[in-house]
Amino acid sequence: MPKLTVVTREGQESTVEAESGLTVMENIRDNDFDELLALCGGSLSCATCHVHVDEAWMAKVGAPNDDEDDLLESSDYKMANSRLSCQIEMTDELDGLKVRIAPED
Amino acid sequence: MSGLGQERRLTARTRAKREASTISAELDQFDIAIVGAGHAGAQAAIALRGQGYEGRIGLIGDEPDLPYERPPLSKEYLAGEKPFERMLLRKESFWEERDIRLLPSTRIERVDARTHELFDAEGESIRYGKLIWAGGGEPRRMPCGSDAGLSGVHAIRTHADVQLLRKELAAADRIVVVGGGYIGLEAAAVLTRLGKHVTVVEAATRLLSRVCGAPISDFYERLHRAAGVEFRLNTMTDCLEGEDHHVRGVRLSCGESLPADLVIIGIGIVPSIEPLTAAGIDTANGVRVDAQCRTSDPDIFAIGDCALHVNAWADSAEIRLESVQNANDMAKVAAQVITGTPAHYDALPWFWSNQYDVKLQTAGLSMGYDDHVLRGSPDEGSFSMAYLKAGRIVALDAVNRPADFVQAQKLIRARASPSLAALADIEMPLKTLIPTS
Repeated sequence: MPKLTVVTREGQESTVEAESGLTVMENIRDNDFDELLALCGGSLSCATCHVHVDEAWMAKVGAPNDDEDDLLESSDYKMANSRLSCQIEMTDELDGLKVRIAPED
Repeated sequence: MSGLGQERRLTARTRAKREASTISAELDQFDIAIVGAGHAGAQAAIALRGQGYEGRIGLIGDEPDLPYERPPLSKEYLAGEKPFERMLLRKESFWEERDIRLLPSTRIERVDARTHELFDAEGESIRYGKLIWAGGGEPRRMPCGSDAGLSGVHAIRTHADVQLLRKELAAADRIVVVGGGYIGLEAAAVLTRLGKHVTVVEAATRLLSRVCGAPISDFYERLHRAAGVEFRLNTMTDCLEGEDHHVRGVRLSCGESLPADLVIIGIGIVPSIEPLTAAGIDTANGVRVDAQCRTSDPDIFAIGDCALHVNAWADSAEIRLESVQNANDMAKVAAQVITGTPAHYDALPWFWSNQYDVKLQTAGLSMGYDDHVLRGSPDEGSFSMAYLKAGRIVALDAVNRPADFVQAQKLIRARASPSLAALADIEMPLKTLIPTS
């Protein structure tokens, strides 16, 4: 199983065993982090699962698509490495991925 | 099967009861009891722990499942595209680790506000210090009561509703959906894609009439018709017709009968508030709450679909909102107030609806609007409709235009009064219309 490192808003870092085939959002939620709201359940209708992807991983994870980029614009904390975690599918290639949960708007 | 597997299959309540019987009688006494384990109730529990609250929390729901997301019930779950496990708001271990006691399959029927007690259907009592009522609502029934006792008649509100509906789908060809609102249309989209013959009956002259302007209604009507859905607008239903205890058709008030193998009723919900009303709490079409989500009893809060509140984005009208946004934001306010952090509910409402490949996102509340303007053309399949009241933008429906949705939220929050011409100019991003102060 690929490993996923999550940094909380308070800066606490932990590494969990992620499940391939689920999204990064679902992996964060299922590993009991409680600060990711993910209100629309991953249907690309809000921006409440916003994460900052570790720079070293941005090339592999890739940039957001147009709709996702538009939604990210709702956040005051949008950065070049911003993604909606519901739009990143966890795969073996992403073993070791590190993301930080973006501040709440 | 391993012992671990069997242990996992026990419901949370069975396990909790077993533990309670050996440790203490913890299950009948909570510092904070939350009634309703939907989005609002679950989020209230999460937010309380997030605020550092350490008292005993009980999350009481009348369904057997762990707390889950309802929106997929009329969409991906009905379509069989999303397994139920992926709709759980949190895994079972989350609730255990946060020491949030789940009491599933427990229906609270009576509240004694004086003694701070809840009573379930068996008459067993649960004591509370503070109560958060997140009871949601029950699907509105057909007015003539003819849906009683017939199989093949379905609501879409709970996991069990849709499990049963899906089971009966295989043998069904003709499906009548009563109600042309979000739920009915989302279901119609899924069912027609599954190859069913779907007819939607709507009492108003157009779809989504309570929430959207006519151009949006017309767009959705064309979208559905192109997919094969039939409509009976401006049409009242009279009664359901059955044979051998199964529904066979829907009789319209004009006398005509629409044959049906299955009927879906999507005509809204009735808020679940009777126990509070009976307890003397101030209720009307919902439980009256102040900006702190507090009811007329200082120890009882109400949140989510059933909370009747004065909404800052509705010209201070008293309304209920049935949405995930409202559930979540009210839960947060109640949790903050209870833990001593000043808070008040004034979040801008937003909604979404997915039908076919079309995403509708709504910012704000359009009720009472006196002007509107389109951005882009419905024929392009990507357009928005802005609603104005006394010159101010109060809401926007974005059809496949997430940028407009996001930027309209900022415009509405800024209480901006952009010109109709500027709003209609699709080349001009809405964010450029935000007044700089």
